[in-house]
Amino acid sequence: MSQEGVPALALADITCRFAARDGRGGAYTAVANATLEVAKGEFVSVVGPTGCGKSTLLNVAAGLLEPSSGTVSVFGEPLIAADGVNRRAGYMFQADALMPWRSGIDNVIAGLEFRGVPRAEAVAQGEAWLRRVGLAGFGDRYPHQMSGGMRKRLALAQTLIVSPDILLMDEPFSALDVQTRQLMENELLALWAEDRKSVLFITHDLDEAIALSDRVVVLSAGPGTRPIGDFKVDLPRPRDVSEIRMTPAFATLHREIWGAMKEEVLKAYEAQKVA
Amino acid sequence: MKLRTLQFGVLALLIAAWYLLTAPGIIPAFYFDQDNRAAFFFGEPQKVFWVVVEWFVSGDIFIHLAVTLLETALGFSIGALSGLAIGLWLALSPTASAVMDPYIKGFNSMPRVVLAPIFAVWFGLGIWSKVALGVTLVFFVVFFNVYQGVREVSPNLIASARMLGASRRQLLRSIYLPAAMSWVFASLHNAVGLAFVGAVVGEYLGSARGVGYLILQAEGTFDINTVFAGILVLTAFALALDTAVGAFERRLMTWQPRAGETEKI
Ligand SMILES: Nc1ncnc2c1ncn2[C@@H]1O[C@H](COP(=O)(O)OP(=O)(O)OP(=O)(O)O)[C@@H](O)[C@H]1O
Ligand SMILES: [Mg+2]
Repeated sequence: MSQEGVPALALADITCRFAARDGRGGAYTAVANATLEVAKGEFVSVVGPTGCGKSTLLNVAAGLLEPSSGTVSVFGEPLIAADGVNRRAGYMFQADALMPWRSGIDNVIAGLEFRGVPRAEAVAQGEAWLRRVGLAGFGDRYPHQMSGGMRKRLALAQTLIVSPDILLMDEPFSALDVQTRQLMENELLALWAEDRKSVLFITHDLDEAIALSDRVVVLSAGPGTRPIGDFKVDLPRPRDVSEIRMTPAFATLHREIWGAMKEEVLKAYEAQKVA
Repeated sequence: MKLRTLQFGVLALLIAAWYLLTAPGIIPAFYFDQDNRAAFFFGEPQKVFWVVVEWFVSGDIFIHLAVTLLETALGFSIGALSGLAIGLWLALSPTASAVMDPYIKGFNSMPRVVLAPIFAVWFGLGIWSKVALGVTLVFFVVFFNVYQGVREVSPNLIASARMLGASRRQLLRSIYLPAAMSWVFASLHNAVGLAFVGAVVGEYLGSARGVGYLILQAEGTFDINTVFAGILVLTAFALALDTAVGAFERRLMTWQPRAGETEKI
């Protein structure tokens, strides 16, 4: 395979079993034999019902969680969780992961600080990033003094400032209201268009997945989650997420993917009702 | 401001009650047979006050106070720093903590004040036996809080810092230490009191200087007013040290959300 064809991120035959705690119940197989690739510069979304193992899969890709079996390769190099995390990836977490004791600007430049960038230079870059995510002038506020939307934008700047080659995003906007969310999605697309990172974007919102991505992967309901559908989204770029939702091509895609997803969502719902 | 007035009101009330109940002849003795007995057992506030004034005017107290404060400060800082260091180490190293667990538990449940005579034998009657007692008391409070604080750091925060490229050292400095800080400060407030306990109990058991020594001397002659004067001086300095810790805490912990931050217009 030529260097060009090597995917940015390749998960091959990943299985994750969680051991049962204190002997209650058996071990739980969250993900089984999942294979997933993200090409260079590709924006891939993963959708699936709640609790199916999306975050688990992303943690494996980040090198934070060692899979029970299977391999992860990053630009062709195998990633071994025991050796450390995926150095070429940035991760935006589902839950808040800002340092509460650091002001906005200090949170943004944390990654640069860890890399030994001199403070003055890091602060200059940090200010620039705060402007880009619309937080100019809020650098001296602590996270608890910011709104949920501002915190998400801060986390976005914190992740992007070190310009990772791969972006892992775990439902980054799911806690936001619809308007803020569409603003953030557009901002993300604009930032992404600048240098086309490889993105693995987790969401449970099919609209969001289609509007943002080049490709949408549908996961089955747990246990033993694996991809069951892979849909190319060839809508034109640049896109505006609120306008693109109105186009007939979007509606067709939505119908098609939802057809594959619906059964899994119902399955997951039934399973949780019984449990 | 109103709060301060009320606080001083409570103090004034207590002193007034103390005075009324002990001064011979003001109210008829209702418990003791003689009306100067209450003063004998509980001292009298005005006399206690004059003992304190006399100490500071003549300068007799300074050498004793200096010794006690030095013992306290040393016990406090050595105990707190070693508690911090070992707490961090054990919290971050599962093997070490598993090995040390029974010993830590054992030392902690041991009534450590009984070590005081042993320390007197080991370190002599100078300040170091008192410092050692203070250290053993302070160490465990700080240690357990740091240990707990580090254990409770959100795994998300750690994962996030690791993804941003933090090395183990950087994790320690940027995540574990600041996250454990609020726990550390909670324990430091307790530690101040314990460091004083270490110093005074040590002096009590054998010394030639220190406020604990003064108190012991006064007890030997049933001079209850001097005993109370010593207690009062110690309390004042413990409060001062606690305030200093509190001021330091407020400076370091500006990031913490406080209840009701909106301004009244
Ligand atoms: N450490 C763990 N120990 C045991 N079970 C776990 C652990 N982490 C996750 N699981 C289980 O694995 C499954 C997948 O969890 P995961 O967090 O990946 O779901 P998700 O798809 O991200 O859900 P959501 O959309 O709600 O965020 C869940 O059933 C969860 O209970
Ligand atoms: Mg999740």
